[in-house]
Amino acid sequence: MGNIPQDHYKPTSNAEKWIDDRLPVGGLAHHLATFPTPKNLNWMYVFGGILALCLVIQIVTGIVLAMHYTPHVDYAFASVEHIMRDVNGGWLLRYIHSNGASMFFIAVYLHIFRGLFYGSYKAPRELLWIVGVLIYLLMMGTAFMGYVLPWGQMSFHGTAVITGLFGAIPIVGDMLQTWLLGAGAVGQPALNRFFSLHYLLPFAIAGLTAVHIWALHHVGNTNPTGVEVRRDPAKTKKDTVPFNPFYTVKDLFAIVVFLILFAAFVFFMPNYLGHPDNYIPADPLKTPSHIVPEWYFLPFYAILRSIPDKLFGVIAMFGAIAVLAVLPWLDTSRTRSGTYRPVFKQFFWLFVICCIGLGWVGAKNPDDVIFGSTTVSEHYATEDEVLAEQDRLIAEGASPSSLVVVQHVDIEAHKAYWDVTQTHFAFRYIHLGQLLTVYYFAYFLLILPMLGLVERSRETPESIEAAFAAKHSKKASATPGGAVATPAE
Amino acid sequence: MAKAHSDHESTRRDFLFIATGATGAVIAGSAVWPLIDQMNPDASVLALASIDVDVSGVEEGQQITVMWRGKPVFIRKRTADEIATARDVSIDLLPDGNARNANDPDAKADDADRSFGENGEWMVMVGVCTHLGCVPIGDGAGDFGGWYCPCHGSHYDTAGRIRKGPAPQNLPIPEIAFDGDVISILNEYKA
Repeated sequence: MGNIPQDHYKPTSNAEKWIDDRLPVGGLAHHLATFPTPKNLNWMYVFGGILALCLVIQIVTGIVLAMHYTPHVDYAFASVEHIMRDVNGGWLLRYIHSNGASMFFIAVYLHIFRGLFYGSYKAPRELLWIVGVLIYLLMMGTAFMGYVLPWGQMSFHGTAVITGLFGAIPIVGDMLQTWLLGAGAVGQPALNRFFSLHYLLPFAIAGLTAVHIWALHHVGNTNPTGVEVRRDPAKTKKDTVPFNPFYTVKDLFAIVVFLILFAAFVFFMPNYLGHPDNYIPADPLKTPSHIVPEWYFLPFYAILRSIPDKLFGVIAMFGAIAVLAVLPWLDTSRTRSGTYRPVFKQFFWLFVICCIGLGWVGAKNPDDVIFGSTTVSEHYATEDEVLAEQDRLIAEGASPSSLVVVQHVDIEAHKAYWDVTQTHFAFRYIHLGQLLTVYYFAYFLLILPMLGLVERSRETPESIEAAFAAKHSKKASATPGGAVATPAE
Repeated sequence: MAKAHSDHESTRRDFLFIATGATGAVIAGSAVWPLIDQMNPDASVLALASIDVDVSGVEEGQQITVMWRGKPVFIRKRTADEIATARDVSIDLLPDGNARNANDPDAKADDADRSFGENGEWMVMVGVCTHLGCVPIGDGAGDFGGWYCPCHGSHYDTAGRIRKGPAPQNLPIPEIAFDGDVISILNEYKA
């Protein structure tokens, strides 16, 4: 199956032999169980297994939720409440499903950052990486459509905003938006088809996951050193361990830890990651005061809003994802793992901070001030006085848009008073968003292509075996007496 | 295969291969089209594309909101003050100089070209902010006494024209017919 030398499957019993001659499932199971996996994988390599579990949890809870949900504008919200109140264990299933989406994204982001740091996208793993990007895209589409189904205020108006993005495309935009919604606005046709697609896409994700694993088993895992597993059968054995039991047990441990976090959300703060406005039934005539997507879309939402032009904002947002797909050809460094790239490392961690920063900006009102300097005038008892003060400031050279007149009410005195705030300088969330957007794209389009040409990487180890041995002998010699274990570890 | 073909002159078999392939592509395309087209607005949605609104009971200074194609439409009978304020504005001050009036796509954003009725007392606009699709608050809201979008702070004046904030365009006016009592909102789907 792959190009890593591996023991062949030899059916032992007659029954196994009979089956293997007709359908080689035994061989497949054997291949998966004994797959030679680098023996130096660290904890960042556990998220593949966790993601597979997330997908199974979402599909299983989703199928049973669909038995009680009604995709109709008049009943959708009520049917979700029916699940929460009437269906046996419905509250648990729904909270697992809604928080499961967030857990899925936590795991996928860690999985992606792992790949970005250890160069998992580099030859010969370009297609493995691109299939992963496709899975991520499908995940975003699925999550978005799932969020529409409860038909709350955020569902409705979030859909209006997101489908409105397609309307920004020149010429075909309006037609495309109408086609997606099945009407000129968000309504019954949109809800019904989003339910259908929300049910379908996870199976497409499952199919692509199989392709993802197929490609992985063809080229083999990366590992923290970035050095390939040696293909000589005797040396392969020294670089690797069989997947079972070593990584099945390690992954299981990671899954248990992950499920503890998962359960903490489900049982103690099930709505922490959601938005309270989505517990208000959708009302087309009333928009929530502040529309925000789910947390996992916030970095892209921040990129969208940091560009004042609607069309270019949309292009930048989709470009931020598309750039991942061409990453294998943007990074020119011949060193795979970031461990041996001293300069890359610093840019990488800046990039991680940049993504978190974009998420933060995406959750804020873009016009709010992060820091700045303002002066507030004295209180004026009448509106005429404060307007006179405003005119005086403008006459002094203040720009009208930097002045805000606010009316206050002194409740005890039953009196209103006014003051005028002058903003001299303001650094707003939109400005931070713009800085971070520039860095996001610069990382892929400037830093990675150029850094590979100028950076001097540290020497990489000769083999996984050598790196493993060096690490462990270092530990042993660091301990006085050699063999005595340090209690702190 | 391709190599073997290039060594020979075109044969009947080549022709049959290409003809079969081309027929297959056309059949596949025609089979896919209904699957795509079913997502376009259906007959029941299209049937709701036009509505008649009886506005004979609407008083001066009163605004009603009707649903049309799933979107709110603001219908307001403006006061003389509101009309005067809107007509007093120089067109150079407007961020969007086009009337955004489906009845007259080339019109400038003068108040007279956005309003209806004898004295221009009627405003009929799709109540969806041209920024990101929120529903603005009406009845004199905002710095210009018209509409104000609470999402990202777009201010519209008494003629529904964008004056301040991130929205790029004036509130759009649908194609209508007006006989003095009944406003018919006509616009069919352009898709």
